[in-house]
Amino acid sequence: MKYSSQSVAKPYFIAAIGLFVGQILFGIIMGLQYVVGDFLFPEVPFNVARMVHTNLLIVWLLFGFMGAAYFMVPEESETELYSPKLAIILFWVFLVAGALTIVGYLAVPYATLARITGNDLLPTMGREFLEQPTITKIGIVIVVLGFIFNIGMTILRGRKTVISMVLLMGLVGLAVFFLFSFYNPTNLVLDKMFWWWVVHLWVEGVWELILGSILAFTLIKITGVDREVIEKWLYVIIAMALITGLLGTGHHYFFIGTPDYWLWIGSVFSAMEPIPFFMMTLFAFNMVNKRRRQHPNRAATLWVLGTGVMAFLGAGVWGFLHTLAPVNYYTHGSQITAAHGHMAFYGAYVMIVLTMISYAMPILNGRDAANSNKSQVVEMWGFWLMTISMVFITLFLTGAGILQVYLQRYSETPQAFMVVQDQLTMFYWMREAAGLVFLAGLFTYIASFFVKGEEARLTPAENVVSS
Amino acid sequence: MNQTFTKSMARNIFFGGSLFFLLILIGLTTHTVTVLPDRDNRQNITPEVALGKKVWEDNNCIGCHTLLGEGAYFAPELGNVYERFGRSKEAIKGFIKSRPVDGIPGRRSMPQFNLSEEELDAIAEFLKYSSEIDTNNWPPNIQG
Repeated sequence: MKYSSQSVAKPYFIAAIGLFVGQILFGIIMGLQYVVGDFLFPEVPFNVARMVHTNLLIVWLLFGFMGAAYFMVPEESETELYSPKLAIILFWVFLVAGALTIVGYLAVPYATLARITGNDLLPTMGREFLEQPTITKIGIVIVVLGFIFNIGMTILRGRKTVISMVLLMGLVGLAVFFLFSFYNPTNLVLDKMFWWWVVHLWVEGVWELILGSILAFTLIKITGVDREVIEKWLYVIIAMALITGLLGTGHHYFFIGTPDYWLWIGSVFSAMEPIPFFMMTLFAFNMVNKRRRQHPNRAATLWVLGTGVMAFLGAGVWGFLHTLAPVNYYTHGSQITAAHGHMAFYGAYVMIVLTMISYAMPILNGRDAANSNKSQVVEMWGFWLMTISMVFITLFLTGAGILQVYLQRYSETPQAFMVVQDQLTMFYWMREAAGLVFLAGLFTYIASFFVKGEEARLTPAENVVSS
Repeated sequence: MNQTFTKSMARNIFFGGSLFFLLILIGLTTHTVTVLPDRDNRQNITPEVALGKKVWEDNNCIGCHTLLGEGAYFAPELGNVYERFGRSKEAIKGFIKSRPVDGIPGRRSMPQFNLSEEELDAIAEFLKYSSEIDTNNWPPNIQG
């Protein structure tokens, strides 16, 4: 570790992985409920399991982003963190608030949770992904503002690099667009329109800035490629992300009551949204190919390349698959959407956080650069099990989705929703099996942290820096 | 990347392009908001519809259903349920009321929410209002 205050990142990463486990367990429960409808009913109805599944994902990714920022920014700024104490306080506030919210979801009916948390005063609950009680949302704002203050002050008093500035822009954007979650008009169309200003402008907007900067940071560290080259790529990638993604919001404005010109704008711009993701793939492979030195943390290199490929497949290809309005007319709100959602979130945001953890954790644990070879092999098994099973989850959901769309919406004799669901059972069982493999992969990944052994080092022949 | 394409050019494209398209997004959003009254059925938003939306949210209906195609994919689309149920608010109320507390063995079932008569009327009215929003003819058919 170059700066001792970077160590505050460690609890963030540990919490992220812990919540990740919870997210997957609830995913398994939901997958089973798709085929065994009364599983855990009425104790854990599907809507509760789903809320836990998606909210845990969001919270643990935020933990991951924060940990990444606390690790990266002191090194980029060449100075200690402004206030390590604040970082630790905010960690506990966020963890306790997050845990209480999840316990609230599970312990009492949602309507009761809404009542006791005062949802009547400022109703913001009961909207997809924004189910958190209003007080939790306020808590998130406070934590994020404190976090941005800490990061911002650190950058301000140290070296200002493109990577840290892009990261900061992404984080500020995250905070600003989250404010739309407090706008909940009675008019359903307005509600939906501005709901997307949180959801779309996060994942297909400012989060890509965070993703890009973490990718750039790890690539510099792992490959030793000149910062000038990396930063140029970063600018081009995030430029394409926002140029396509901002108006790409329109692909959510096809069928929710908004005017029909969005059919064109949304289709054209969102069709270009794969471009920045494809550039990330090229970026990762190009930089690794042009590396000026070997890096003993081969697992981290695998994660970096994996992120490039899977983000493009999940967000880019699977997004494009159903983004054109004439196609989306049939696929909107079907299992196709679920298929895309799974691989996009895994490929882009889960994998970039795990990339950062893979790179940073050995260093946070006091090693020079890498875990033992044995530990890295186990970690790479975790990588492949999770990644391949996610590919299969996506393929099975896509199969289910194509069949669903045909039977329910496209054929001459459309069938009722539940009649169609009963015919998709085989796909759902296979998805559940793939989900169990994913869980096994996650446990394998976690096991790698406990594999001891001598730190992996380069051989003298490998340990050269080429110019 | 090419040497003649410099980092500052890339930076300018980022700042210029992002700002330009952000302004266009804001402009189009503003325009959409001004023309929405023709499409979003706001003339029918009564206090009862507002209560219905509150009931919809307080019971996390979106956690299983889609509404205008957004939400979860575990249970039927409800943007057109009013049409599907033969334009009958009573049918919607009857369905919600009759859900068994312990579910249906082996099958998916909607929970019993124990809504009051006032809340049932409100949610039915909200779903009727939702069904009358101009959605560019989505969903493709009555099955949602």
